[in-house]
Amino acid sequence: MSRAHPYLPNSVPEIKEKMMDDIGVESIDDLYVNIPEKLRFKGELQVPGPYTEQEVKRIVSDTLERNMHLKCPPFLGGGVWPHYVPSVVDEVVHRAEFLTSYTPYQPEISQGILQSIFEYQSLVCELVEMAVANASMYDWSSALGEAALLASRLNHRETILVPTHISPSRLAVLKTYTSPVGMNIVKINIDSETGMIDLEDLKEKVKDNTSAVYIETPSYLGFAEDNVEAIGEIAHEKKALYIAGVDPISLGILRAPGSYGADVVVGEGQPLGNHMSFGGPLLGIFACNHDNAIIRQMPGRIIGVTETIADKRRAFVMTLQTREQHIRREKATSNICSNEALCSVAGAAYLSLLGPNGLRDLAETCTSRAHYAIRRINDLDGVKAPIYNSYHFKEFTVRYANGRAADINKVLLTHGYQGGKPLKGEFPELGESALYCVTEMHTKKDIDGLVTALKEATQ
Amino acid sequence: MTVRKFRQADWDEPLIFELSHKGRYGFHPPEAEEEIRDEVNVEWLIPQGIARETPPGLPEVSEVEVLRHFIHLSQMNYGVNSGLIYPLGSCTMKYNPIINEVLASHPDLIGAHPDQDSSTVQGILEFLYKLKQGYLAVTGMDDATLQPAAGAHGEWTGIMLIRAYHQDRGDLAKRTEIIIPDSAHGTNPASAAMGGFKIVEVPSGPDGCINLEALRAVVGPQTAGLMLTNPNTLGIFDHQIAEIADIVHEAGGLMYYDGANLNAIMGKCRPGDMGFDVVHVNLHKTFSTPHGGGGPGSGPVGCKAILAKYLPVPDIVFKEGKYTLEYNKPMSIGKVHGYYGNVNVMLKAYAYMITMGPEGLREASELSVLNANYIARKLKDTKGLSLPFAPEKPRMHEVVLSAQKLSEDTKVRALNVAKNLLDHGLHAPTIYFPQIVPEALMVEPTETEPIEVLNDFIEVVKKTCEMAYTNPQEVLKAPVNTVVGKIDEAKAAHPKTICLSWRRLCQLIAE
Repeated sequence: MSRAHPYLPNSVPEIKEKMMDDIGVESIDDLYVNIPEKLRFKGELQVPGPYTEQEVKRIVSDTLERNMHLKCPPFLGGGVWPHYVPSVVDEVVHRAEFLTSYTPYQPEISQGILQSIFEYQSLVCELVEMAVANASMYDWSSALGEAALLASRLNHRETILVPTHISPSRLAVLKTYTSPVGMNIVKINIDSETGMIDLEDLKEKVKDNTSAVYIETPSYLGFAEDNVEAIGEIAHEKKALYIAGVDPISLGILRAPGSYGADVVVGEGQPLGNHMSFGGPLLGIFACNHDNAIIRQMPGRIIGVTETIADKRRAFVMTLQTREQHIRREKATSNICSNEALCSVAGAAYLSLLGPNGLRDLAETCTSRAHYAIRRINDLDGVKAPIYNSYHFKEFTVRYANGRAADINKVLLTHGYQGGKPLKGEFPELGESALYCVTEMHTKKDIDGLVTALKEATQ
Repeated sequence: MTVRKFRQADWDEPLIFELSHKGRYGFHPPEAEEEIRDEVNVEWLIPQGIARETPPGLPEVSEVEVLRHFIHLSQMNYGVNSGLIYPLGSCTMKYNPIINEVLASHPDLIGAHPDQDSSTVQGILEFLYKLKQGYLAVTGMDDATLQPAAGAHGEWTGIMLIRAYHQDRGDLAKRTEIIIPDSAHGTNPASAAMGGFKIVEVPSGPDGCINLEALRAVVGPQTAGLMLTNPNTLGIFDHQIAEIADIVHEAGGLMYYDGANLNAIMGKCRPGDMGFDVVHVNLHKTFSTPHGGGGPGSGPVGCKAILAKYLPVPDIVFKEGKYTLEYNKPMSIGKVHGYYGNVNVMLKAYAYMITMGPEGLREASELSVLNANYIARKLKDTKGLSLPFAPEKPRMHEVVLSAQKLSEDTKVRALNVAKNLLDHGLHAPTIYFPQIVPEALMVEPTETEPIEVLNDFIEVVKKTCEMAYTNPQEVLKAPVNTVVGKIDEAKAAHPKTICLSWRRLCQLIAE
């Protein structure tokens, strides 16, 4: 088609010609002379299009609408959770000045995003009760991988202890991150009745070569760890780092890692105003104490507050860049460059909107509804919920005496419900079971509907 | 035409914490229904010892205050869609189409959980599959993963594939080195180091391309691979690429393509045809997805068939009319992301790809090259500036000028030229990179900037250089039209004054 493309203002033939004239070439291909003839691509790229905006809207919408429409949000958690995103958050992250900016390499013209990310760091610090947070990692999994690498750089030890019920996908990413440096990942047993970390086993496994002890609370299977303080003490006795992994929403009602001695906090910030979007983008939380040794080993961008030289006005910059790849190259603390900045802006807007009371209210609603669901589901014949006898925040395990979890989910889908994630593949010892999640997105009516469908599916 | 006047909005915006007033709410989460509250008492539920005793020190701010706060902050920021040119070299800040944002907010996308049954997310899996096919076509690769969340994440993933390849052949113990040219992006050596490799640097020749003799001298049985971006960071296409690939391959190493500069060559040539075995592409550059002030990006990795079995799990496959996620890949390096990567970003890239189509992608590349050469042509003879490394060679999508002479003559440095651009509402280019160019101004205008804006940019750079010779003090004052002037970066990083949170700021103020 000969029409100038809307995205290509200089595709007007007369402009192109004038520019080529000015440059002194006769054709665009004269600018490509350095590409050897035999390497030039002669065919047509096998990609669809071109389509007009109107056509693209139709094609992409039609494609997406091949998804199944559920009656209510899926009863799934495990690392991404259905939570409501307030309209103000969506409005903020769609502001072109934020959305379409690059990493703030020119701070004078980028104070807006710099201050926003500084506020995100600050809000996370309040949430976890630590003094330092970075601008973000890709997700909880990569934050964990980087935390392990940080620990090994700090104490030059090679083992990280993790609970046996760590999220399998986080474990998989941790393995990928740590394999080149040869770290060992050793699992700590849990009490089969309560799911709590077996402190005796932990004591035995924490050794002089233990770089870090990592826990998740609430755990992947939903229960909160009781002995958070004791675990830290055991780790610290051997001078290992104590790393805590958290769901930030739970911190509306559960203790902050800073209050029980964690040295590094990682977690998933997606529920802080970010849509699930089939698992990405996510928001890796990474926080630590104000310890210069740790700070200088931290991965990722960090925004600091300082002042202008002339008039001593408060100003924000990317700081400690000497840790980073563009300065230190192979000696950098991490290779991370692009992170999830806009997701952290969403997190800042979200936490500002909810405030301490809103976050507590939200956490209470999640846990109340989850416990209502636990009771109704556990009332069903041949169904046990939860498997572990301990406090669960918003996720919980359900074990089926009859039928396969995957088949039960198929029946639930015919009623418009996405049931919990089948766990047998990840944890065979749990048998036919599933990991459910209930949040403020699930009303009593949704839960009752699920239970009715579950009743049919498990009969 | 004269360049317009510019003044950035400045709200002297307090920190959100300073807007707090006890008792205010910005948002009400729903309460659990009365029947539920009657049955479930939260206080009884949570074991003592793990309940939060002191509420988090979050601000208490009303909805309108939060909205205005962040809108004010946004107005104190600069975006490619809201500003003018954003010519950060190697960052490819092209226009981010609005339709892509509209589509990426589709409820069928944003409401989907990654663990949903694949039968419920056929639409998402379909576009991911089709994006991957298009990606393979553009890069000339055999297989790919969409999982890496950013370019550097992709580099490291690619390095892990190279690692797995040598490990599988029992060769890893001796293949310990990755060769990287001195002009490479900083992420390259950092990614290779994270993959456990030693980095060997090769110098660029006087024409900005790899010095083949130097390369031959370092290649050997210890070589695991070579990382290269082509066109390189000088914006020059390395014509010896086939030879380079042969040298590395003959020694048993693999070729890694850093796709940060792919925007120059879509539909013109393909990494796969140049001899590369593994490649990453930044969707937030070449495929027009917005960078969000630092992310989310997306860095899919493509590879040749010999590496396909090592790709991360899961893979998206199309079988018997259905899209599914395939985990059964015993040789896989495992996972690099908790789920499948930045799917929301990928939708925007997919929409962009089909909007452009094959000829549109090619034309985008051609115009990016035309725009860069136009700037090179108009600025290279400016007093104080030069075009180092083979000035006679055409540039590709970006051009690296040097302000070394300007700096020597007038004390006005590349940094000051950059700040003067900001004062005119034009974003600065990348500066002081690549490191092999002193006082570098690395300009990548992209194809979406109209000639009128290019002319403004050229005029401001020229006038700044002229003024550097006549009135350098005036030039050194910049920026003055931005929210803040020069910032004390030393104070920001000093162990005594470093402050990375409100919590710490309160402590420092109290001291």
